[in-house]
Amino acid sequence: MTPALCLRMITDLAPQLESGEISARELTDACLERIARRNPDLNAFIAVDEDGARAVASRTDDEIAAGRYRGPLHGIPISVKDLIDVKGLPTTAASKIRPKTPAARDAPIVANLRAAGAIVLGKCNLHEFAFGTTGEDSAFGPTRNPHDTSRSPGGSSGGSAVAVATGMSYGSVGTDTGGSIRIPSAACGTVGLKPGFGELPCDGVIPLSRSLDHVGPLARSVVDAWLLYQAMGGQEPRIPPETNPRGALRLGVPRRHFLDHIDPNVRGRFNDALGLLSAAGVTTTDVDVPHASEIASVYLHIVLPEAMTYHSRTLDSRPEDYTPGVRLRLEMGRYVLAEDYLRAQRGREVLRREITAAMTNCAALVLPTLAIPPPPFGVESIAVGGLNDSVRSVTLRLTQAFNLTGHPAISVPCGNTPDDLPCGLQLVGHINQTIELLTVARRVETTIRPV
Amino acid sequence: MHIDAWAQAVIKDAQLRGLSELAPLLDGLVRATQTLRQADWNESAERTDRQDATAAKDPK
Repeated sequence: MTPALCLRMITDLAPQLESGEISARELTDACLERIARRNPDLNAFIAVDEDGARAVASRTDDEIAAGRYRGPLHGIPISVKDLIDVKGLPTTAASKIRPKTPAARDAPIVANLRAAGAIVLGKCNLHEFAFGTTGEDSAFGPTRNPHDTSRSPGGSSGGSAVAVATGMSYGSVGTDTGGSIRIPSAACGTVGLKPGFGELPCDGVIPLSRSLDHVGPLARSVVDAWLLYQAMGGQEPRIPPETNPRGALRLGVPRRHFLDHIDPNVRGRFNDALGLLSAAGVTTTDVDVPHASEIASVYLHIVLPEAMTYHSRTLDSRPEDYTPGVRLRLEMGRYVLAEDYLRAQRGREVLRREITAAMTNCAALVLPTLAIPPPPFGVESIAVGGLNDSVRSVTLRLTQAFNLTGHPAISVPCGNTPDDLPCGLQLVGHINQTIELLTVARRVETTIRPV
Repeated sequence: MHIDAWAQAVIKDAQLRGLSELAPLLDGLVRATQTLRQADWNESAERTDRQDATAAKDPK
């Protein structure tokens, strides 16, 4: 069965846009219709620029008809997390703190996407200032998971993941400081890429923690994410050629710590995926990160003071304008001592070396993205595999290490639980090898899709 | 700063500022700080082997 127009892949649509078989205006209208129908329940968008998007789409169709086709993103409607500047729209960060003044210019990653021909539909909801993993704390109300609206879509780029999963946009731009692209991608059944640290510019993006922040794409397939990633970095997006699906491939499984406390249904989908990969000739080998049990402590002592530094003035002058949960997390940052921040920076270097060493003989690490299915709203703590911990800690558990170390990482869908809730498979690549990681992820995605 | 003195000071400060809801979060931060300080990568002026504690151990 052919999926609805708004649910198709960018790679599928691009040739039809180039040939004039479909138009950018049709795609834009299809997304806007889907937004009108589903956003009232899901709350994925904070702002929708209907008139602006339709005007750009019409100009795009004229350009393509005149023979000025720019490439596979030309005429593709996308969305942008509302932490990132889009000219003419306010950057709210889902907070009352932010002024309503429209951004004077696009963030460079958005400008690059527009140069490649993408059409910006609007701004997506998020956990306030990206400081949370559930999407519950937003001045615009929570975003809801389309698979079960009583559950979180993950965060902080929850609106982006919901927009992509439901056909409100073909791709989205998110940010990831501890897992904020990969966690909602796993929770909503999309692909989410956190490139290597510093690969894509964070200019025009409100910081959470400057030494941990990354920007990246969310999409419906690895190749769609690849195209968006290329364009965000100012490269000409090109659909990559297929690689040998039976070539040698070895993946490392970091079992200790990472797989100690996993929901049984998530573990089941992960094991199913490993079985399919094995049947397809992929080798897996267990690897170890000796100081893995210190990851959360290291992360906390970096993210808290870096976040608080940006917010300290408004925390003093307008504390009541933050959502309560985000305010409390920011306040914690005041109490981290310089000596402990420096201990954490040393631990970060240890972890970077250990993860790099663990990957020595592997193309990538493979592990679940999210240890649990998307959590219900209103739950503070959760028991997983005999460990009771806060929802925030559980959701960050498998992703935050790679923000500390800067390794590129991607989440791809790997099937659903018996309750039809999505699960994500995370692949972690070598430093400065995001393209190689995407190549691996494409093969893995193709192999495990039947799960 | 010694961790016990620091833990008492931060909880007292949060209470003085009317942020009693911070107490459970600060308990978690104190535990995380204890873990961080006990990690074997931390340097010590008493060490004699001059070993680089940040060197990666062999992965399995």
